[in-house]
Amino acid sequence: MNPNEVDILLVDDSQDDIDLTLHALRAENLANSIFVARDGEEALDFLFCSGPHTQRSFDRPPKLVLLDLKLPKVDGMQVLKRVKSDARTKIIPVVLMTSSKEEQDLVIGYNLGANSYIQKPVDFDEFRKAVKLLGLYWLVVNLPPVATGKLKAAKQGQ
Amino acid sequence: MKTAPELLIVDDNPADVVLAREALAGSARHCQINSVGDGVEALAFLNRTGDYANRVRPDLVMLDLNLPKKDGLTVLAAVKADPDLRCIPVVIFSTSQLGGDITRSYKMGANCYVSKPGNLHDYFSAVKSIEEFWFGFASLPERGE
Repeated sequence: MNPNEVDILLVDDSQDDIDLTLHALRAENLANSIFVARDGEEALDFLFCSGPHTQRSFDRPPKLVLLDLKLPKVDGMQVLKRVKSDARTKIIPVVLMTSSKEEQDLVIGYNLGANSYIQKPVDFDEFRKAVKLLGLYWLVVNLPPVATGKLKAAKQGQ
Repeated sequence: MKTAPELLIVDDNPADVVLAREALAGSARHCQINSVGDGVEALAFLNRTGDYANRVRPDLVMLDLNLPKKDGLTVLAAVKADPDLRCIPVVIFSTSQLGGDITRSYKMGANCYVSKPGNLHDYFSAVKSIEEFWFGFASLPERGE
C-alpha cells in the first residue's frame, strides 16, 4: 500500500472493532486503502508524517479519520486537538467513534472541530450497518478536501 | 421523548428550499425545516436576534456558499468563531465542486461538504443522505436553550 494514498485512517485499540470495521467497509468496496493505528501516538505520527511515517506527505491527507476516544498513549481528544489546531492537518475530516455517549465529550469534541461524532453500536449487525452508512456518507456523498498536491497540479495544467 | 430535530437551510434559491422540504417530507424523524435566504438572516436566526428571538437553535445547518449580503464562508467563519454556536454542525451544500471552495470550507471549520446536484433525483438523494446521516445516526449536542 502506498502510504500517500490512504483513504481512511482508522484509530482504534480494540481488535474486535477493527476487524468489524474493516469487514463492513470491505463489503461496500470502501476498504481499498485503510491504515490502522492502534494508539494515539501512532495516529499522530501518521497524520504529522513523523516517526515511521516520514515518507508520507502533508499534501496527501487521508479522506477520513475514524478516531476512537479511548486510546493508549495519547487519548482521542488530544489527537483531535492536535490535528484541528494545526493548519497543515485541520482540513482532514475526523469522525469520533466511541462506545459511550457522554454529552460533555460530544460538546468538547464538536467544539474542538470534530467533523462528526458517532456512538458505536454494541450489536454486531447494528455496528456493521453503522460502518456501512458512515463509509458511504463520508467517502461517497461527502466531498473530501482536495489534496493540495492535486490542486497545484490542476493549476499548473490550466 | 426527544423533540424533532431542527434543520436550518440557508439558500437564496426558494426552489431549492421547496425541493429540500419535499425530499424530507417523508422523514421518519419529522425534522423541522427552517430556511433563510441570505447570510445576514442566517446569523440573525442562529443568534436569535430580531425577528428570530423566539426561534429554537437549529441542530444542523445546511449552508450554500453563494449568498446575498454575506456569503456562506463569512457565515461559516462567524459560526465557528462563536463559542455558543461552533458546536452546531454545518454542512456546506453548494453547486461548486471547485477544489479551492472545498478546501477553504474545511479550513474554516465546515463539518462536511456535499455538492448540490443539478438533477432532481440526485438532489433528493443528497438531501436525504444528509438528513439520514446527521439526524438518524450521528450524535449531536443537546440544544442549549
